[in-house]
Amino acid sequence: MTIAVPTIAAKRTPKKSTQARREAILFYVCVAPWVIGFILLTLGPMLWSLYLSFTRWDVLTPPEWIGLANYTYIITRDTDFYQALRVTSTFAIFSIPLQLITGLLMAILLNEATRGVGLFRTVFYLPSVVAVVAAAVLWQWLLNPDVGPINGFLGLFGIQGPKWFADPKYALWGMIIMSVWGAGGQMLIFLAGLKGIPKALYEAAEIDGAGIWTRFSKVTVPMLSSTLFFNLIMGIIGSFQTFGAAWVISTARAGQIGGPLKSTLFYMLYAWSKGLGAETKMGYASALTWILFIIILVITLITIRSSAVWVYYESEKKG
Amino acid sequence: MAQATVTRSTGATGVPYYQTKQFAKLVHDIIIYTLLVVLGIIFAFPFFWMLSSALKTNTDVLLWPPVWIPNPPQWGNFYESLFGNSQLPFIPTFLFNTLRIEFFVIIGRFVTCVLVAYAFARLNAPGKDFLFAVLLATLMLPSAALLIPKFIIFSRLDVWSVQFFESLSRTLGINIPPIHFINTTLPLVLPSFFAEAYAVFLFRQFFMSIPRELEEAFRMDGAGTPRIIFNLIVPLSMPVIAVILVFTFKDTWNDLEGPLIYLNNLQQYTLSLGLAFFNGQFRVDMNLLMAANFAVMLPLIALFFVAQRLFVEGVSMSGMGGR
Repeated sequence: MTIAVPTIAAKRTPKKSTQARREAILFYVCVAPWVIGFILLTLGPMLWSLYLSFTRWDVLTPPEWIGLANYTYIITRDTDFYQALRVTSTFAIFSIPLQLITGLLMAILLNEATRGVGLFRTVFYLPSVVAVVAAAVLWQWLLNPDVGPINGFLGLFGIQGPKWFADPKYALWGMIIMSVWGAGGQMLIFLAGLKGIPKALYEAAEIDGAGIWTRFSKVTVPMLSSTLFFNLIMGIIGSFQTFGAAWVISTARAGQIGGPLKSTLFYMLYAWSKGLGAETKMGYASALTWILFIIILVITLITIRSSAVWVYYESEKKG
Repeated sequence: MAQATVTRSTGATGVPYYQTKQFAKLVHDIIIYTLLVVLGIIFAFPFFWMLSSALKTNTDVLLWPPVWIPNPPQWGNFYESLFGNSQLPFIPTFLFNTLRIEFFVIIGRFVTCVLVAYAFARLNAPGKDFLFAVLLATLMLPSAALLIPKFIIFSRLDVWSVQFFESLSRTLGINIPPIHFINTTLPLVLPSFFAEAYAVFLFRQFFMSIPRELEEAFRMDGAGTPRIIFNLIVPLSMPVIAVILVFTFKDTWNDLEGPLIYLNNLQQYTLSLGLAFFNGQFRVDMNLLMAANFAVMLPLIALFFVAQRLFVEGVSMSGMGGR
């Protein structure tokens, strides 16, 4: 690449720069796979899809430049776009706190326990290891309205269980319950965070007469706030990328993407169905993708900005 | 001495048992373990239900109240669902496809990530800091959002490849079939040969902690860079490399989006996609579907039990695994 120039310089100051030049060449050779991959598989696709988002393109005929038309249509007239945003954010608002609470609870319990920690940790984490598809297939069966054990369990208390994935009111709740089952990843991160809290802090608090609750709220929570913050950002980004589970469950009712009645139309599912699923409006799907990039960027920035208020980092001295 | 006796005696008589430290510990343990057991049962129940359903007959599986433990267990369901070829055909093919993709992805990622990470950890060149900043920036990119843009690139490559091979065939006068980038497993395998930012980052951190003196000692013995990388750096970095390989295996095994977008032919499906396909078929019996489901999960569960430490380390090292 930029290696041609040093040849002259190398002659003037012999030994040293020959070696430096060799090292530089070796560096570029080693790094080349990643650089090529970045250009070909990340930067290139992003820029190309940015260009396509200003066009109408049905894959078969050449793209036709239409300016901002895709974006204005999405924002002013596309009701499915708003439905997708609603589904995704409803899912995020309920599933992320539930996952964080469950993950934190499990981590605290494991941190307090003395025996059988390995066994319980395995049981809690195992659901996050298995495939999204397998988990979705399994949960459809667990939440079967007629012969599923969950509705059977509710029946013991005289409650008529809902039709879950067949009922637009409850389908998203089925997905939320399923996502909490996968809280093991968060649990492990919390567990690592808990292990990092110095014991001395708890001892000092105990000497000062702090009870369990005070120790939790005044020591554990502030010391874990950066871990909590990390899990929160990852959770938000993750929920906007939810695809697999929703795809598996809604296609089980033959071709009704995001069904029933678009109640599980997650954002990615919608973008996919516009470009690669039911329709091949690649320009439109590209515009949806770019809106997603911007949404994730904005949410991440807001969370990082607001974190200064509630995240405690040890390095900064607060009064 | 006397005082100690006094304190103890007042402790025994003056303070009732329920105010002692031992009692507090007992209550603490009872609460902790009750909660653990309740949560444990809730989290393990789906697995139990899946296994129980997989071992039932196709009529028992639809009974309510349920047959909790099938008698006799229908072990034949596993054979039937995997190799029976009646309701769930092609499963051995899916398994073969998945393993083939795994093989190339793991090799590709291992070799390229180690090379790139070594360069970032040890070699100096103009532009290195800039490139590393770009690499860190790509960690922030939402991978799902890149799906459609990537598909567009691969479909373009496919068109170019067809044109190129056509003109090549014409000039050479022999018929050379084109390399296809769509409806093949190539787009699923190829990206792993271009390194992956996360693994590169973790490897680099680890490589930097290896003392340079070791490397110089190797160099004194006349070892070149490739030998240093594969005979010194890699063996010393096995902990972090193993973590990445285990997660690579898991993510590739579980991948649905990639195969869904690039593969159109049932014969090319992976296990994940194939399972999703069968899930959409109404005529598939639940006991067989659950047996297949269990079989798809089994390798990962087994891997988890064998390499549990790696999973736990991987997550605490980097926050991977919160999906």
